[in-house]
Amino acid sequence: MNIPTITTILTSTTEARDIKTITFRYPKAVIPGQFFMIWIPGVDEIPMSVSEITKDVKGITFRKIGDATHALYHLKPGSKIGVRGPYGNGFKLTGKHLLFVGGGTGIAMLTPAVEQARKRKLKSTVIIGVKTKNELFFEDRLRRCGATVLVSTDDGSKGYKGFASELAKDVLKKEKIDVVFTCGPEPMMKTLLSRCNTIPFQASLERYMKCSIGICGQCCVGKGLRVCLDGPIFDGKTLKKVEDFGIYRRDAAGRKIPF
Amino acid sequence: MADISTIIGSLRLKNPTLLASGIMDEDAGSMQRMIDCGAGAIVTKSIGMQPREGYANPTVIELDHGLLNAMGLPNPGIDLYGQEMIKLQKSKIPIIGSIYAATALEFVALAHKMEQYGAAAVELNVSCPHAKRYGLEVGCDTTLLQAIVSSIKKQVKIPVFVKLSPTVVNIVEIAQAAEKGNADAIVAINTVKGMKIDLETAHPILANRTGGYSGKAIKPIGVRCVYDIAQSINIPVIGVGGVTTGEDAIEYFMAGASAVQIGSAVYYRGPDVFKLVCKEINVWMDKHGYKKIAELVGAAYQ
Repeated sequence: MNIPTITTILTSTTEARDIKTITFRYPKAVIPGQFFMIWIPGVDEIPMSVSEITKDVKGITFRKIGDATHALYHLKPGSKIGVRGPYGNGFKLTGKHLLFVGGGTGIAMLTPAVEQARKRKLKSTVIIGVKTKNELFFEDRLRRCGATVLVSTDDGSKGYKGFASELAKDVLKKEKIDVVFTCGPEPMMKTLLSRCNTIPFQASLERYMKCSIGICGQCCVGKGLRVCLDGPIFDGKTLKKVEDFGIYRRDAAGRKIPF
Repeated sequence: MADISTIIGSLRLKNPTLLASGIMDEDAGSMQRMIDCGAGAIVTKSIGMQPREGYANPTVIELDHGLLNAMGLPNPGIDLYGQEMIKLQKSKIPIIGSIYAATALEFVALAHKMEQYGAAAVELNVSCPHAKRYGLEVGCDTTLLQAIVSSIKKQVKIPVFVKLSPTVVNIVEIAQAAEKGNADAIVAINTVKGMKIDLETAHPILANRTGGYSGKAIKPIGVRCVYDIAQSINIPVIGVGGVTTGEDAIEYFMAGASAVQIGSAVYYRGPDVFKLVCKEINVWMDKHGYKKIAELVGAAYQ
């Protein structure tokens, strides 16, 4: 059986403007980088990467952007949602000094990976890239776990002024980084990949998903790579051969939409 | 080693396993992967005149013995999809264009375009159980169906396959209507209309409420339909519904199918299912002394 399990929202916390984290009881084992399908009965079901992991409680963090996230945003603790998963492959945490680059809400799904890396005593540097400082979240949480945190804002309202991929270029020059992990806007991730040369690279991709179990083909990239099942994490070697990476995604009808 | 190639009218297939419509076939890359995984032919996603987004999620869930889906015929429309078809023109295996429409005029236009884009045949989806005005609503009207098939046959050179729904009173009459319209083959069966309700919220889980059930659970329904149809018509039948192993395919051959389509088993066994099923067919035929698929077709009529 692969159907939603009904669970109750335990907490709903505002992280920044239009961004919330909700937590719910869900005792299945999940690894950072995996995702759930979150069902809001009568509205929609959407893929959401895990942003908080404890044994019994899991969390997701999202920006209010479409019908489903609007509905989720306004659900109060005690409300019922359906959850299935976890799906996808998750990150492989290897190396001694790890660089994490999160663009926008991308930092939400990287944070549990950083926390796990720190638990294993791996040196972790995190770049959080946002448009402006009001959109910044998880900075304190990341510092608390012992990561070195750098912030970039497009408008210079906090930290480095410019794109996260530019700040990453500086870090890659100064430090000996073993692996780069990233989630964010695809053009940013593509630029970042081009800066990594031979450094191993893992990126989390986002595509419109339907079945989430690897059969409908909606989320496929390149030569039939299923973001829901073969991903959502792909390595740099694979992504260099994916012609649509950073170029286009496909909408619900399968039409190509340039990034 | 037995010879597992098969013939559907004028189409020669290197093996009898076709990718069923709606599985890993929204773009050329996905279909290429299924070709590389050993499918004997590819049936495309069902394509209409205009782009269509399909239904909200949940669109697919897995139940105890099969999958329940209501995708809602999502597709980019024939003109955009043509760009994907063109990329596969050098493919060594046949690409069969699945099309859906509400009228004969639209069906003819779609079939024409599929032919131009290099399709080796068209498969008419007159059996989707969950799309208003399309699919099953066309496929349970024998007069309309015969008229549609016959107008397409007059206008295009490539073979025309008709995929039927089991959710009808008499599937044999419908297959006969398609044959009278000069169809080249019958594909049976599409999914079986069904529903799953979540008890905690009392909501049907699929956003469309009803959907089509597929996988192991529907195999006996498919086998029965093929058995009845194949004895009542003189054109080939392609069996679909729950084919997961080589023995499932053999059962369909014995019921009268000359080939099978595989869909849900891509979930149950992964994209390599085509290679696995072909190997299992081969092993079974060797063990039982069969040399060709044709020797098995209709073996159950005794």
